[in-house]
Order: sequence, then C-alpha cells, then structure tokens
Amino acid sequence: MNPRNMAPVMDAKINDFVVKFANVNGSGSASANSMFAKAIYRMGIPVAPRNIFPSNIQGAPTWYEVRINEQGYLARRGGQVELMVSVNPQSMTEDVAEVCPGGYFFYDNTYPLDFNLIRDDIHFIGLPLTEITNTNFDNPRLQQLFKNIIYVGSLAYLIGIEFAALESIVNDTFAKKPKLIQPNIDALKLGFDEAQRQFSEPLPLQLKPSNANQGKILLEGNAACGLGAVFGGATVCAWYPITPSTSVAEGFEKYAKQFRIDSETKEHNFAVIQAEDELAAIGMVIGSNWNGARAFTATSGPGVSLMQEFLGLAYFAEVPSVLIDVQRAGPSTGMPTRTQQSDILISAYASHGDTKQVVLFPGNPKECFELTADAFDIADQLQTPVIMLTDLDLGMNEHLVDELNWDDSRQYQKGKVLNAQELDQVERFGRYNDVDGDGIPYRTIAGTHPQKGAFFTRGTSRDEYAVYTEKGEAYERNMERLNLKWQTAPQYLPKPIISTKDKSAHIGVIHFGTSAEAVREAIDMLAEQNHRINDLRVLAFPFHAEVTDFIDAHTHIFVVEQNRDAQFKTLLVNELEMDPKRLNSVLHFNGDPISARIVFDNIQAHLSTITSADVA
Amino acid sequence: MSFLKPSFRHPKSPTNRLGLTTRAYEGTISTLCAGCGHDSISAAIIQAVWGLGIPPHRVAKMSGIGCSSKSPNYFLSQAHGFNSVHGRMPSVTTGANVANRDLLYLGVSGDGDTASIGMGQFAHVIRRNLNMLYLVENNGCYGLTKGQDSATSDEGSTNKKGRVNPYTAIDLVSLALDLGATFVARSFSGDKEQLVPLMQAAMTHKGFALIDVVSPCVTFNNHAGSTKSYDYTREHVEAAGVVDFVPTSQEITLDQIEGSTKVVDLHNGDKVQLSKLANDYDPHDRRAAFDAVQDHKQRDRLLTGLIYVDPTAENFHDILNLPSTPLNALAQEQLCPGESALKSINNALK
Repeated sequence: MNPRNMAPVMDAKINDFVVKFANVNGSGSASANSMFAKAIYRMGIPVAPRNIFPSNIQGAPTWYEVRINEQGYLARRGGQVELMVSVNPQSMTEDVAEVCPGGYFFYDNTYPLDFNLIRDDIHFIGLPLTEITNTNFDNPRLQQLFKNIIYVGSLAYLIGIEFAALESIVNDTFAKKPKLIQPNIDALKLGFDEAQRQFSEPLPLQLKPSNANQGKILLEGNAACGLGAVFGGATVCAWYPITPSTSVAEGFEKYAKQFRIDSETKEHNFAVIQAEDELAAIGMVIGSNWNGARAFTATSGPGVSLMQEFLGLAYFAEVPSVLIDVQRAGPSTGMPTRTQQSDILISAYASHGDTKQVVLFPGNPKECFELTADAFDIADQLQTPVIMLTDLDLGMNEHLVDELNWDDSRQYQKGKVLNAQELDQVERFGRYNDVDGDGIPYRTIAGTHPQKGAFFTRGTSRDEYAVYTEKGEAYERNMERLNLKWQTAPQYLPKPIISTKDKSAHIGVIHFGTSAEAVREAIDMLAEQNHRINDLRVLAFPFHAEVTDFIDAHTHIFVVEQNRDAQFKTLLVNELEMDPKRLNSVLHFNGDPISARIVFDNIQAHLSTITSADVA
Repeated sequence: MSFLKPSFRHPKSPTNRLGLTTRAYEGTISTLCAGCGHDSISAAIIQAVWGLGIPPHRVAKMSGIGCSSKSPNYFLSQAHGFNSVHGRMPSVTTGANVANRDLLYLGVSGDGDTASIGMGQFAHVIRRNLNMLYLVENNGCYGLTKGQDSATSDEGSTNKKGRVNPYTAIDLVSLALDLGATFVARSFSGDKEQLVPLMQAAMTHKGFALIDVVSPCVTFNNHAGSTKSYDYTREHVEAAGVVDFVPTSQEITLDQIEGSTKVVDLHNGDKVQLSKLANDYDPHDRRAAFDAVQDHKQRDRLLTGLIYVDPTAENFHDILNLPSTPLNALAQEQLCPGESALKSINNALK
C-alpha cells in the first residue's frame, strides 16, 4: 500500500534531473546502478553518476547519485533530488528529507512505511521488490542481486529508459557468461511489468533519446591513469593498497595483462609489485627509474606523507619518478571514502630541506590518461619526481569524456641519458654538470659502459662529478642549478587552459582538477545575471607565466579549491609573489564533490558586495 | 685514516678471466676509521668479484645510510652505486633489480640500517627471494652517530661507557632462516679465507643471499665486555665448515680435503664446496640449520659459514614471470599498445 498523500505534481522534466539510489553496501547494487547510468549514456543523454560510499565492506549505507543533463552540465548539482530510489531502511529518514518538493520517493513496499517518514509534499511510489524476488527466485543470493535488477526494470517504465539500451548492456556484461543473460533480462521485465501494472502513468521525469554523446565514453579516472601508464611505457608499478587509489594499480595490471603479455612465451613485459608499505613502494619506483625502467606508484594522502623522505632523495639525487595521488579527505585517516583537493602543499613542497616538486592536475579521466602518459616523459626529461594529483571523485567515478586517442608517431622522450657510444665521446662525465645551461644534467644507467659513466647516487651533497663533498660552495652551486632546472621546467609542462569569454571582463576564476565542471556551470549561471567571467584552469606546477598574466588582467580573481586552508591560493601567493588580497577563495571541503551551486553562491555573494561599476 | 691511495702495483699482479687485475675493482680511498672491519669486507668484495671475473660495471652497489652504507664508495669505482635512505636499500634494490635482471646486485647494509629502521624491508625482500647479495656489516652499534647500541647488540654486552645492554638481540641469521631466505651465511670480517668464497657463492646464487658479517667497530665497540669486538669474535667463532667456491671450470678433487665434505650445486654448474663439516652438517636442511644456530648461541659460540642454501627456489623474476630481456631494455613497440588498441578500448567504454 502506498501512502495516499496528495503531493503537488511537478512540471514535466526532460533529460534534466537527479536520481539517487540509497543502497546497502555489499548487496550487489553497484552493477545494477551502473547499468542504469550506462543505459542513459547509451540513449545519448549526458549523465554523471557518483558513488557516495562508506569505508566499510558490507552492511552500511551507500548512495549512487546520477545527474542527467542534456546540456552536459555534469558536476554534482547539489541540493535535493527529484527521484530517490530507496532500497535501504537504515537511511530512510535522511533519504526522504533529500527529495525535493513534488519529487518522488521510490521504495520497497513489501514492508509498511513508517508513518513518521511521510511528507505531504512528495510522492511515495512503492513496489513490492522483496516479494517479487522471493516469488521468482529461490536462492537467497540471487534474490538479493535480482532485486537490484528489478528496480532498474521498474525505473525503465517510470522514467522512460529504453529497454533495448538495458538489454544491450546485459548482453555486453555477460558476453562471457551467456547463461546469465536471460535471467537478467527476465528480472528487468519483471520490474518493468510490475511498475506498469501498478502505475497507470510514468513519472513527469522523463528521458528522451538524444545524440549528445557522439564520440564520448564513460570512464573512471583511476582506470584511465592505469591505461595511461601502459601507453606511457611504464613497466613497473609498485604500490600499497589504499582507498581511493587502489584501482589505479588494478587498472594498470588489467591493461598490462591485455597488451603486455608476450603471445608466444607468455612472459610479462611489466611487473606489478604489492609493496609492504608506501615507503617501499616509492623506494621501488625510484630504484626502477634510476635503473632506466619507467615506474610509478599510486597512493593517497597518508601514503604521500610516508613517501616524503624518498621524494626528497629523488629531487636531490635527480631520479625520475611518477606518483599518482588520488586525494581523499585528510588530515590523518580523515574520511577515506570522501573527496578533497587537500594534498597540494604536501606535494608541491614534498620533503625536508629546500624541495619543490612538479605537480600535474588532471581535470577529467581523458586528462588522467594523457597526463599519466606524459608524466613519464616529463619525469625523464626533468629527472625529477612528478606527482599527479587526482581525487576520489575523479578516480572512482565514471565521467563522460571524449574518446581517448594516441598519436602512433609519438616517441617516448627519455631525456638526457647517455649510451655507451655517447659516453665514448665524453672527456670526463659529470653527472651533475650543467652542460647545456638549462639546469638539466646528463645521466647514465648502471651497466652501460665498462670505463665511463659510473657514479655514486646519493642524497648527500656532492660536486658536479658526483664526488662527495661538504664544501658550502659546491652545495650552493648544486642547489642553484636545481633552481635553474625549476625555471626550465614549465616548458616541459602542459599549459593552463584559459577560457576567455570576454576580453574586457574584470572577473577571473582560477581552478584546477575536478572543480572544472562546477566552475563552467557556475560561470554560465552567473552570465545569466550579466556577470562576464573568464576562467583559467591550471594543469601543472611550477606555474606558467600565463597564470600571472591572467591574474594581472582581471580586477577580481576567485580561486576555487576543495580544501579548508586555501592551499592552492597559498601556492599562488608564494610562488608568484601575489598580494593575498588579490585572490578570493571559494572553498569547499565537506568531502562531497564540489557543485556548481557552491561556486555560484560564493562568487555571487562576493560580487554583491562590490559596486556594479567595479565588475562591469 | 690514510688520505692518499698508493698507486703502485706489482707488474705481475694476477689477472682474472677478463684480463683484469684487482686494481680494476678498487674504489676510492676509505674514509672509515683505521682498522674498521668494513674495510676488510670491502677488500673481500674486490677479491670475490674479481675472482668471479664479473666486469665491474655489471655490478650495482646498493646501500642505505650509516658507516656500512658509505663503504660501496671504497670498491668497484666502475660500478654505479646508490646510497639511498636509511633502512630502505631493499626497496630501491628491488626496483632496480626488476628493471634490469642482468646486473649483480650487491646490497651493503649495517645492523642499524637492517635490524632497526630497515627491519620491515629486510623481511620483505627475503620473502620475495630477490636475486641479490645482502651483506650486513654487523658491529652492534651505530658508529656514525658515536656508538649507541644497535638492535643486534647482545644482551649483556657493555658499551664503551660501561653500560650493559638490557635488551635482547635480533639475530638476523635466525630471522632470515625463519622468513624463508634461500641462502643464509654468517662470517667475520677478520676471516677473509671464509668470507671471499662465501661471497662468491652468494653472488652466484640465483635468489636472496644474506651474509651477516660480524665487523667490529674499532672506535666504539672493540673493548673488553663487548661481544662484537675482534677478540671476542675470534674466541667465539665456530665455522660450520671450510667454504670453497668452485667455478664451473674447476674440477673438484674431493680427496684433497680431510673430513666430511659436501658439494652444493649452484646456478649453471658453479658449486660451493664445504669441507671439515662439523657433525656432517647439511646446509640443505632449514630446520637443522635453525637448530645449529640456536645450539651455538646457547653455548655462547658464533656459528659461521654457509648455514643454509636452497639453490632451486623460484626467485622474484620467476615469480613475476619476467622476460629474459631486462624491462629497461624493452622497445617502445613492445610497451605501447598504440592507437588501434585504444580504439577497441574506447568501444568497450561505450
């Protein structure tokens, strides 16, 4: 029985609403939910699914929020949702509260609804999911799994998912287990038919096929990083399990097994090493790169903390290394399954002493793929660690991006490595000799030449010929050369992406990483209020001159970031010697991905304090 | 400490199979204290690598931090060296070794570097059976920071200031046996006769080889009351047998050796020959090895020599199923799947 409240009926919404699923984790809901999102993608409608999950394996509440937006605004929208699919009694109170007035609360009405939960302004639509599964399936595990598939079938009727799209996904998913295809399709039909029987009309929330997804794919950032490492020529992945980065190593292994196993010998042209801790993981990466093999590790904030000492060694001894940090909420263990951009400073200045590290900021999975592949070239060319900062939202959620591409004419850039023939031409090899005046010396790999090129790599001070010395002037010369290398670095790094809407605009937004979608949408929302705003998205640190130019060209600069302490602003202020007052922070750090609404509200509130003449 | 290295060499110095004299295997002059056990070990390393006829540049010298870890500077100048961070030599060596399986990896560590800060990495590199020689230059103290007790300092041993160590010692040999090490040996820096063939056997072993070498610290731990002094070690050493390394090319003449003899087959025909074995000691029996170590410990004796070896165990390269071509030598064509592969990936993501 469904409650007979008389909630207002909302206006029809086509391809622009949010559906949220409230599940119990470990119940198999993830594959059903991802089928839901993928079906919408295959209908050609832009879609952004996001997992909101606990640090727990089984039994705790977990959510899956799907934003559907024909115009392609795919940041988290924020606010209440139009349709809540409630399959978890534990979280029902908060789930009911999250439905917008006139919205729909879909639930399993095998059991009666707690009357205290009933709101007059929303619709309760129940279907006896448990009863249907128990009637149709004997095995308790199948009952649980198919309950999820059944609600997807019901939603197909209620909001107009094309049944063919769902069928195609079932066919693809179980291509290797064809016996499972028909039972899944039957379960979808059970849900569809039951919904049709109970509800004479579908909901006003409707999906209509579109063709907005031409040339687009749905991809997770972590898998994209793993794939990028395969394409970038990484042969060694040393890692230690930590949420939310684990699937980077898993992605690398998956694709390496696909492309890097010799078809004849079955030997592996790659090595994945699960290390004993993060210290060992980065140590292995440094050892491999020192020895001329491209190697990387993936971790999260706590791992970066542990890797600090080794990062200083790699900076000072000039050993290339690639580290992918999938950021989560800190400090300490923080919120392991919630997103943040809060490892900026610990990465940029990783280690004791005077250290500065190259940092990359991909904003979507396509950039995760590209920048991971690039990171190996950059690390080899600059002979230094490259830290790529992604985050949980980017890494563990599927995002709609352009298809990946690769230029087959591209050659790996190994930087200044001398082979035996080249060493023969060298009078006296000096590992830390700045021959070219760009701060980047030449290096050699162990075992190259019987008489030339050997040197002792160390974290202690040495002269240009790698000979140990504690002479102050030799130490200073080396540190100054490292600084010169730092000045050289930007030319090897991806430039910022500048979107100039209006050359005369006085307002500029600086952002990086996963704030991109929210910023784009917020700027469009502000444009409707006649605010003309340009934006610049940083892809790399050290900063390019374009960042300074952008700041100079605008009267009001907003820096959007997902942490409490405005770490990115600190980096701008410190490195570009900016007046801190020039930079207004838009901060978001509750662990949820940033939404357009948050960016819009912050900027609008600030602009309302300024006279219109200032911002015109 | 000397500050000049003599350059004179006897014109008829013997050469190895590469035609090189030991001079080609030397390093820069040592900056360790005069009489330091570590310098004897460096000399033994030079002898061992020279004797095996390994080109110096095909060795990678790996170390952590401490007096021991400085020593790779004092041998094999033509080899690359990596003086990494404290206690982390095993992980750096693991990475380097996986990148290029064709070099000889010589890890030099100390008791502080291994038994305290590096204990975790020591344990895990053993578990992986990484193909390397892991030398511990064990002096029971932290020399470079002026003589604090280390974790291998025996309970009851007194330090230079007369303080008695109240803590139990970590015995790296017992620990390595327990963790599944496939080559476990102990020696004394003062016994070059034993040390050189042990090193050669360890360098030939295709897997993880530990040699725990008692190497007295002349400055901070060589006094009466110390159980890691020259005198104490000489008085308490008991060899499991005489060790000879027999390269493939040499024939073994058993009749030349008195007492019980065992020949251990190593990789590609090389052998270690153990003679004068106490009580028919069998280095293939891990449990017996463990018992022998414990038995000697209880009798206040230090068992040295080749204590355990398993030449057949899979090493890390086998476990990872790596190709015979080193990973660092694979061409881009073997590494990059290319645009056509990416098309199929794109299609799978639709």
